[in-house]
Formats: sequence, C-alpha cells, structure tokens
Amino acid sequence: MKKSICLYFQVHQPARLRLYRFFDIGKDSHYYDDFANRTILRRVAQKCYLPMNALLLDLIEANKGAFKVAFSISGTVLEQFDRYAPEVIESFRKLAQTGNVEFLSETYYHSLASLQSPIEFKNQVLKHKAAIEHYFGVTPKAFRNTELIYSDAIGEMVYDMGFKTMLTEGAKHIMGWKSPNFVYNCAQASGLKLLLKNSSLSDDIAFRFSDRNWADWPLTGEKYLSWLKAAGQNDDIINLFMDYETFGEHQKSASGIFDFMRYFPEAVIADGQFEFVTPSQAAKKHRSVGEIDVMDPISWADEERDVTAWLGNELQNDAFNKLYEQEEKLALLNDEALWSDFGHLQESDHFYYMCTKFFSDGAVHKYFNPYDTPYEAFINYMNVLSDFILRVDDAISVSDVNFAPAKKEKAPAKKAPAKKAAPKKAAVKAAPKKKAATAKKATAKKTAKK
Amino acid sequence: MRVLMFGWEFPPHIAGGLGTACYGMTKGLAYNDVDVLFVMPSASGDEDESAVKIINASDVAIDTVSATVDEFLGKVQFVHIGTNMIPYVDPQDFTTMVEEERKRQIKSFRVQYGQKYKFSGKYGANLMEEVARYAMVGATIAMQYKDQFDVIHAHDWLTYLAGIAAKQLTGKPLVVHMHATSYDRASDDQVDTRVVDLETKGMMAADKVMAVSELTRNICINRYGIAPEKVVAVHNAVDFTGREKIEVERNVKEKVVTFLGRVTYQKGPEYFIEAAAKVLKRCRNVRFVMAGSGDMLNRCIRHVARLGISDRFHFTGFLRGKEVHKMFALSDVYVMPSISEPFGISPLEAMQTNVPSIISKQSGCAEILKYALKVDFWDVDAMSDVIYGLLQYPAIASLAARCGYEEVNSIKWNDVAAKIKGIYQEVIDASK
Repeated sequence: MKKSICLYFQVHQPARLRLYRFFDIGKDSHYYDDFANRTILRRVAQKCYLPMNALLLDLIEANKGAFKVAFSISGTVLEQFDRYAPEVIESFRKLAQTGNVEFLSETYYHSLASLQSPIEFKNQVLKHKAAIEHYFGVTPKAFRNTELIYSDAIGEMVYDMGFKTMLTEGAKHIMGWKSPNFVYNCAQASGLKLLLKNSSLSDDIAFRFSDRNWADWPLTGEKYLSWLKAAGQNDDIINLFMDYETFGEHQKSASGIFDFMRYFPEAVIADGQFEFVTPSQAAKKHRSVGEIDVMDPISWADEERDVTAWLGNELQNDAFNKLYEQEEKLALLNDEALWSDFGHLQESDHFYYMCTKFFSDGAVHKYFNPYDTPYEAFINYMNVLSDFILRVDDAISVSDVNFAPAKKEKAPAKKAPAKKAAPKKAAVKAAPKKKAATAKKATAKKTAKK
Repeated sequence: MRVLMFGWEFPPHIAGGLGTACYGMTKGLAYNDVDVLFVMPSASGDEDESAVKIINASDVAIDTVSATVDEFLGKVQFVHIGTNMIPYVDPQDFTTMVEEERKRQIKSFRVQYGQKYKFSGKYGANLMEEVARYAMVGATIAMQYKDQFDVIHAHDWLTYLAGIAAKQLTGKPLVVHMHATSYDRASDDQVDTRVVDLETKGMMAADKVMAVSELTRNICINRYGIAPEKVVAVHNAVDFTGREKIEVERNVKEKVVTFLGRVTYQKGPEYFIEAAAKVLKRCRNVRFVMAGSGDMLNRCIRHVARLGISDRFHFTGFLRGKEVHKMFALSDVYVMPSISEPFGISPLEAMQTNVPSIISKQSGCAEILKYALKVDFWDVDAMSDVIYGLLQYPAIASLAARCGYEEVNSIKWNDVAAKIKGIYQEVIDASK
C-alpha cells in the first residue's frame, strides 16, 4: 500500500471591526470595517485565491485525478466572497466539480464556540454545512475545528454530529513519543478518526519557505520529497495542513512558492512512493493505530499549541464570557441581523487581537493584527459588544411587549439594523437554530415584523 | 501696574491646565488694569492677545554683550549636568562623563550667543535644556523691557530660572506661582530631584509664592521648607466665556459616571474602577467611562477585565476640545478621585455643565467647592456610596447640579486677579 500525503488548506478572513467608540454605542450598529474587509479580500483574492485555485485545477487535470487536496472555507469568508469577489467562489466550484477536492466542515463563523457552548457549536456547524452545500453542491464529511482546536470532549461532540474524521494538531505535549504520521482515534469516541498535522513539514512550507536565513533555503520539490520520504519511512501518512494564504500572501509569489507547488506534486507522483489523499479517504484507507487522550484543548497556534492565543489573559476571558452571556437571551429571538452579528463577534480573530503574548509569538500575532495594542483591540471590541448587548436587550423587551396584545403598537421603531447584508440565500440561513425552543415567540416576532 | 510674566504655554496650543490658567489670569489682570507682558518659549502667532502682549522667546537673540548673562551661565549649568543620568555607571566613569558633558555643553551654550533658539515649547526629552535656554532668553528679554514692568511673575518650575535671572538683572521683585508640585506628580520616592531643586530655588529667590490651594501651600511649607508667611494660597477660577451649551443626544439609556483626566497614579484611576465595581454589584443601570490616556491606562484596562465589568466600563482614549465637552454633557456624575491634586479644574467644568461632581478631599478645589461631594480618595466604599446616591436619589443629584452650577459661575478670574494684584502691590511696596 502506498503511503499517503494529505493536503488541507484553511481559507478564512475575519469580519474586521471598524473603529467603534464609546460615543457610537446605542447610536450606530454597523460594526464592520467594510473598506478594510473589501480591500484585504480583493488583494488576497488577486494574490492567492485566484492564481492558486487555477494552479490546483491545472494540477488535478494534468494528473488525471492523482492529485487531491482539501479545503475548509469559513462562512465568514464565503460571505465576503459573495459580496466582494464572487469569481473566487466560481473558481472553488470548478475545483469541487473535479471530484478530487474535499470540502471540510467547520464552524460557520470560525469561532471558539466548541470551547463554550455545545448548542451554538452545533448551530454553526449546521449553518456551515448548509452554506457549503449551497455554494459547492457537496456535503462535508470530515470535520476541522477552528484553528484545529481539539479535545476529547470536542471530539465526542463532533462524532455525535455524525462525523467520522477530524483534523487536529500533532501537538508534542500530547503526542510524546508517538508519531503524528499515523491515523489515531478519539479516546471518548473510538469511531472518530484523527488526522494529525505534521508541524515541522507543514511549517517548512507555511513559515520557512522564503526565509533566506534558513539553512535549507531554497526549498525545492526534490529536497522536500526526500524529507517526506525520510519522515514517512516507517509511517503511514503525512498531513500537511496550512493556511491557504500561505500561497502568494504570506509567501510572496516572488519567493517561487507557486513554482514549488506546481512541481512538488508532480515529483511525488512520478516518484510513486506516496499518493495524495483527501482526509476522508485517508481515514478509510488507514487503520487507527491507537487512541489519543486530550484532556485540555489543543490547537495549531503558537509554541504552546493550546488555546491561550485566544483565551489566555483576563481581557480575552472577560470579553469571551460577556459575549456568550448573550446566548441565552438570543435563543428567545429570531432576529436575523442579531444572530449574524452574534456570529461575527464570535470569530476567533477578535480574541486573537487581544493576545498579550507578544514576546514569543509576537511576529505572527502582529502580522495579522489591525490594532496597535491588545488593549485597543479589547476596548474597541467591548464597545461594539456593549452596543450589541443593548440591541439584544431591546429586542427582548420588544418581544415581551408583543406578548401583551393591547400594547402592540408601542413597539418602538427600532434603530436601523446593522447594514450587513443578511445572508441572501435561503439555503444559507436555513440553520435550524433554536427553532424548537422558541417556535411560539418566533411566530410572535414575525407578526411584529409585518 | 505692569507685570512681566513668564509662562510655558498659552491657548490655543496647550498640553495641560497651565496654559488655560495663565489665559484666564491675564484676562482677569487686564480687567483689574494690570498690563501683562507674557513671555513664552514658542508662540505660534494665533494666541489671543486681547489682554496681553506676548513675547515669543524663540524670536529673541541672546544678548552677548551683557556680562551678567555670562555670569548667569554659571548658575544654570547645574541643570545640564543632571540631564544625562545613566544608571549602573561606576563613580569614576561617571565623573569623566559628567566632565566631558559639561565641557561640551558650555561650548554649545557659547555657540548660542547672538543666535535665536527655536524652542519647542513642549514637554519633551530636551525639557531641561529648554528650561535653561529659556532662562537665558528670559534674562535678555527682562533687560530689553526693563522699564516696562514693575514686577515679575513666573509660572511653575519651568520658568523659575527665567524669573530668577530677570530678578537678578533688573532688581524687580519676583512672584512665583506653584500650580503643581513634584510631590503631586509622583509618589514620594519617585520625585524628580532636579525639578524639586528648581522649585526650591525659585521659591527661595521669590519675594512671594502663590500656591493654587491651601493643600499646595502646605506642601510648599512642609516639603520645600519655605517660610509660611511667604506663601499665599490663591485659588484658581475658570473662564467659561465663549462656551456655548452643547446639546448632545444621549447614546445610552443608562446613567453615565465619568472619570476624565490623565490616567496616571496621581489621578487615582484605580479607586474609580474599584468604586465602579462596587456600584455595579448593586445596580446595573449605569455605565462608567474612563476618558483620557496615561501610563496607567493599560493596567486599568486589565483591572477592569479582571473584575469582569468591561461591558459596563468603557474607555475612550484621549479626548480633546469639543469631545471633552461632549463627554461632560453625556455624564450624570463626574468623579475625580485624585490622590493629590494641587487644584483640579475639571470638576468645575463638570459642574458648569450641570453634572454633579465627586472629588477627593485631597484635591485643592475641594477647599472652595461647597456643592461638590467630597470623599477620601482611598475610601472606595464612600465613593461608591456617593455615586450610588447620586444615581438613585434624584433629589441630591439635582441639588448638587443646580447649586454647583451657580457656585462655579461665581468663581471669577476677575476676583482672583484682584487678589493677585494686591500681592503684586505688596511686593512692590516691600522692595522699595
């Protein structure tokens, strides 16, 4: 049996918040920096998504199915594609039609919900599934959580949702002497197979490729293949997981990253020792060699490979707790705009900006950060969140008023809802969240809307 | 009566309250028929000269012919030697360094003769150097305008050297004005000894010392060892002319409790946060705002997050001009929990906007404000109690707002200036 290489690329862009001051609270409920979001998305589309998609399509067609990749595309970035660069969706759709590309499931909002709220987590996974089906006509079968966050408990939730395969990090402190280059299974749900990222080989491409101070620069297809062979000598599978923005954005086109990606797969195929597989295929093909215990959540971020990049200091914890305190109230509401904002405020990126671990992994944190300091990020986020909480509370009191029929007309003209386009496609908003819980109230709301 | 006044800033370009105070004071003096020649390091030309004649020190060349200035150089050198303090240098190295530095500076000083020196007028790294240069230019100006003033008035330590020089060269009496002391700017073990030194020199050389409050007067006497009979408390006033009432639409329906000022140790921001947490435990219908920036800001943000009240406690960052007025207009309660505040003008501004104010007993303005509520800065329980009371019991809030408004409007620079004029007269008479 040939050994496997599993390539998976993460596609995500956050809904960055605009400068939102105390004075805006209660007055203006548009939270997003549309200009920055559009500009960045258009830039990355030109530099990365479009050229790289074209390249991958070429590779798949040229190798007649021997080359395979997997993508996980967050709902947030899908919304942005829809709005600012629909041609990117088209190019992903072409990839989907080849049948050689697997689309993974994740939380719609690239959120940390799995760490806090099983219900919200499930809502978002279902919402994301609906979006992927809508855009690409495929149903995701394998799961990948935000930033590869994983623990036994999360694995169990994922398994209960019907997934048989999940991707995560081969974190050293969990693996110990074990190699990440095998398929494992979840300790609490043995039916869930785990694919573990090979950090060192993934980072050779994602972080080190263009680093001229790196002893192994420049990286060539042959050289990389020889490393893969060395790593896979006694092992089954090598999982190369990275951000899709690696290609053309983090590693600039001038670094030769596109040439590398054009040549490397062909070198692998010509060599014949490895074959490319998608995550679901990998899980079918390889038997689990054992289970892995993960008590505390792991992720692919920073040296620690835990969740402290998002929930590591008091700023992040307070913001996070305040945000999820709203969930209970929102469950009583069927307000599209509120749910959408709630989702976007859950994006892990907002918490990442508040990270104070500047000394060890500062470079990476800084690169992606629109704020000068974590404090500014926190203040801005809390101002937005305060306005959001006001809206939720208002909506709750309005819906209460609606229950008393005599006072119906008192429902005040609500302030303009967030200008964010509510998800346009019926399929996307189909997420069956909180319906059962609030069927009664939902009807009341609908009459109010008319 | 004519006065030569040394200041550091003047509206519209101001960094602190000093410029505003000087502006109000000079207008009051003009009302009391006192002519003011106002010297400042860096005038921009857009200052309001209706009440004063402004002399821009950057436009004055240092007078080379005056031997007395040369003599004065010896007196200002000490400032320079202190500027390049480096920790962890052994005594021998230090001596050499100081010696070299001294030579270099004397040289650079000589180059300045006959030239104009462009002052930044800011509070930057070269502050000490600017202070010394300002003294030299001040001396030159004093000689040039020798016959046009009867008394010299120097504001805060930045200008004391200039005041001393002017006094020595012209023999006119000197009044120095303590708007703040080093002990208000930092805790005891962190005071800048160079500044303390300048302050002491200024007060020693002066014929009279004006302090902005009894609190400051006591510091002058107890900490600087100035003779009690030499120090007079002259409380500030606020000039509200030209300020129209701004109507601001409330953005949140909760009551707003505001802290507005530099977020530094001296202003006691952490007591405000603690009090906020206590109030929020008892009532949720309130939001707290910390407006301003400073070296404690980040620490305060963490503090707020740790207490878990960040959905009700907001930070605005540094506010300027109109935004300050807007912030006052949005506020229901203003709190100034300063650990040490020589005077403190902002509660007066708050009260003028009909906002009831809570001030610490350790602030100078507490001596003259009857209708502000006073607590000890460290008494977080009392502070939260008063905040809660003002929020929950409309009677006390409206009383404090109404009477406070009348009170601050009766505090006029014209009256303060009359008192200052009396002090001028006293020193002029004594020097004859």
